[in-house]
This record gives sequence, C-alpha cells and structure tokens, in this order.
Amino acid sequence: MIGVDGLDIRFGRVHAVQQVSFAVAAGESFGLVGESGSGKSTVLRALAGLIEGWGGAMSLQGRALGRRRDRSFFRSVQMVFQDPYGSLHPGQTVDRILAEPLAIHGLAEPEARIRRALEEVSLAAAIRFRYPHQLSGGQRQRVAIARALIADPAVLLLDEPTSALDVSVQAEVLNLLAELRAARQLTCILVSHNLAVVAHLCGRLAVMQGGRIVETLATEALRAGQASHPHTAGLIALSRDLEP
Amino acid sequence: MSAPLVEIRDLRVDFPGPSGWVPAVRGVSLGMGREKLGIVGESGSGKSVTGRALMRLLPPQARIRAAALRFDGTDIAAATPRTMRGLRGARIGLILQDPKFSLNPVMTAGAQIAEAWAAHRQGSAGEARDAAFALLEQVLIRDPRRVYGAYPHELSGGMGQRVMIAMMLAPQPDLLIADEPTSALDATVQAEILRLIDRLVSDRGMGLMLISHDLPLVSRFCDRVAVMYAGRVLEELPARALHRASHPYTRGLLDCLPRLDTPRARLPVLARDPAWRA
Repeated sequence: MIGVDGLDIRFGRVHAVQQVSFAVAAGESFGLVGESGSGKSTVLRALAGLIEGWGGAMSLQGRALGRRRDRSFFRSVQMVFQDPYGSLHPGQTVDRILAEPLAIHGLAEPEARIRRALEEVSLAAAIRFRYPHQLSGGQRQRVAIARALIADPAVLLLDEPTSALDVSVQAEVLNLLAELRAARQLTCILVSHNLAVVAHLCGRLAVMQGGRIVETLATEALRAGQASHPHTAGLIALSRDLEP
Repeated sequence: MSAPLVEIRDLRVDFPGPSGWVPAVRGVSLGMGREKLGIVGESGSGKSVTGRALMRLLPPQARIRAAALRFDGTDIAAATPRTMRGLRGARIGLILQDPKFSLNPVMTAGAQIAEAWAAHRQGSAGEARDAAFALLEQVLIRDPRRVYGAYPHELSGGMGQRVMIAMMLAPQPDLLIADEPTSALDATVQAEILRLIDRLVSDRGMGLMLISHDLPLVSRFCDRVAVMYAGRVLEELPARALHRASHPYTRGLLDCLPRLDTPRARLPVLARDPAWRA
C-alpha cells in the first residue's frame, strides 16, 4: 500500500531524515517511534506531501508519488495531528470544518455525511454548530478524526494523536481509532514517542534515532523485549520502568 | 518534626463565570514538609490552581478562601504584596511546563540565570556570572560555556528546562513547585529531568510539589501522591502503595493506560461516578 525507499530530507544543514525505507501493507498499522528530533514526524509529513524537497522514492498503491500531489491523493490519504487546538480552524463551526473536505472533493449528500461522521466518532449532533473553543480536547480530537475520515480515505496518518490528551481521554480516542480502523479496513501509520501507545495500535513498528531507522520489529517481539538495537532496548526499559 | 513547610486547609478557589462563581478548587487540605509530594489529576481537576494559590499567582478576579494557607508560618492569604515578592522566587520556586514560553526569548540563557541570582542576592555582575556558570554545571549541562551564551530558541526542550531549573535554584528556595515540568519533553528526557530535580531537591533538603497528569511518573519520583478530581483531593497515599489505591478514580486512571507487557483489545474507559464530584 505504502512504500518508502531511501527517503532523505535536509533542512539547511540539518540532515533530518537519512535513507529511511519501510513498506506498509494494505490494512496494516505501522508505528514510527522515536524521540523529538529523530525525524519520525518529518517522514510522516513528507508522505502527506507537506514537505518540499526530498530525495528517494515514495509510493502509494504501487504508484510513485511526485513532488506535487493531486486531489485524488488527498482523497485517499488523510492526516490527524497532535494538537487539536491548533489543527482546527478557530473561526469555523464543526459543521463548516466537516463540510470543507466534502466541497473540495465534490462529494454528494454533505448533510447526511456530516451527520454520519459525527455519529461515527460518538459526538452528539448538538456539537455540529459549536466552535472548536467550545469543545473539550477529546471532543476536538474526535472532530479532527471525523474530518480526516469524512472523504473515505484508505490511509490515515496519525501524528501523536493522543499526546495532548488526558489518559482517560487517550483511552477513549485509542479505542475509537481501533474500532474505525477495523470497520473501514484503514491502513495506518502512527507516529508517537509513547511505546505503549504504538504497541497498542500497531502490529509492526520502526524505531528512529537521529534521522535513521535503527530497527524494525513486530509488536510481539517488542513486548517480549527482543530488541536488537540498544536504543530500542533503552526505550523498552524506560517504558517498563514507568508501568504501574 | 518542626512546623510543616506548607499547610493548606479547606482551600476554595472560584472564578467568575457568566452565571455566578465557578468553583475550581473545592475544599483542598494538604500539608507537606521538606518532602516530595505529587499532585495528580486531569485537566480541570484544580491541581495547578492549588499550586498557584500557594504563590498567590492567580488572576485578580479569582476568589480565594481558606481556613489556613500557610508557607513556613507565613499566612499567604493575608500577606502584603511586599511579603509575597519576598517569598516568590526566593523561598518558593516555580517551574512551568514549556521552557519555550517561560524563558525570555531575547536574553541569553546565562544572562537570565545571572539575573535571577542577582535579583535575590547582593553581588557584582561578575559574581552573578560565576554563579550562573556554577548553576549550569549543577543542572548537568556538559558545555556550560555554549549554553550560557545561547538564546532559548537555540536550546532543545530538555536543555531549556535545565536552564529553567538553574534559574529557580539560584536564590536557593525552600520549596520547588513544578507544574507539569516534563509534559513537553519525550520519555527519555523526561526521566533525566525528573531524576535531576529529584537529586537537587534531596541534596538541598528542599520540598518538592510535583503537579502532573501522569500518575505513574509522579509516583515514581515522589514520596506521597494526592489524587485530585473536580477540585477536591479524592485520595492521598504513599507513592509506593499506588498499586493498592482504593479509590475507583485512581484505579481507573491506572487501568486505562495502554501497557507494553500485556496487550489488550480494548482499553477500559473511565466511568465517571457523579458521586466523586459531591
């Protein structure tokens, strides 16, 4: 479904992503783990077409991705960002926010789609005419997820989707993502610094450090502590240390 | 044991809302000596407001009432602005979440630490500079010379937070209030910063009030944990006894975390009992 081969990104003198390669099968959930500055979010943003000037090759459904993405790309690939405070337009109601992708892609029956989208993320219909600042953090992230899914994408890119939320709300959003992924057979890439969150949602993951992937492994291997790279082992030990 | 460092009895804080007072803290009682107390709760639980009330750093429209609100014998509620200025920084230090917003962006890190030192101690500019270097070394910055001359935007999040800690330590306070000091950092740096705070606080015999939403993290670094919900302390327990927490809210908070050791198809969701608000 998604192929990344030898991806290389520089910002001025900073070599942010170095020779990163991985493949994600249709319906699979793949995690990218690392500390800030490891390049994990940059990889995701490059995939989404938000970064100009990259080297290497990226493909979606077997077709090579170019510098510019067409409308059909944005129909099939959507992204959810970390901060629902920053990623929703503060001057638009939820209704307007959800109507935008429908208008862009020329989808029929916007009324019914918006109602269904809100239902799908378990938001009350009354929320539809509120502004983002009138919603809680969890509700806002649900709106962001609804917006990403309203045009029926095949791929969902998630950049730290629960890091700004309280743990009880994080549990609700993680459950919601797991349900939606199963119901819609989405292909997901999840970027997070939280190993337990990635292990919860993903079957396989890559650990990044200093712009490179240092290890790719299955979640079972991660849970069993079978890491071959010291950085992965360090992250596992830290995560274990803080488990109640 | 001498008089407690902090004594809070029946603290109530309200903010004006469109239809009357909105309570943020509803009768919190906490005492602490020179120990490490964790205050844990979700957003809106009143944990930060409790910490701010102790420094009287709440906005003027807030209504603060308490049977007792004392720091080392000083009545905070009745103290004059001059007394409060003498307490803030000098005796109670405050570390906030994001060094990006709490450091002055147009001053070098070193100049800010030197300023903090000079504001509370009498000394020459040279002495302030030497003190700033010494403090940068104490917060385990490997290259103090570079960091001294660096502006906040040139520092990483972890480095910025070390600079904040150095600033707060400069006047040698008795109590450090750390409000989500590591929430903007990643796991590895988080652990490093908390270990650093832990060591500095223990070495100097200070009290630490660690305010955070992260229950496992807090219990790892504190002696005691108070769990707050809707403006009240629901449960107070020794950090080591966290796994024996009895309140369903505390149990729920621990239970809803995804875990690395055991996979679960669905995470248990917290069912909020209206009785917890009572």
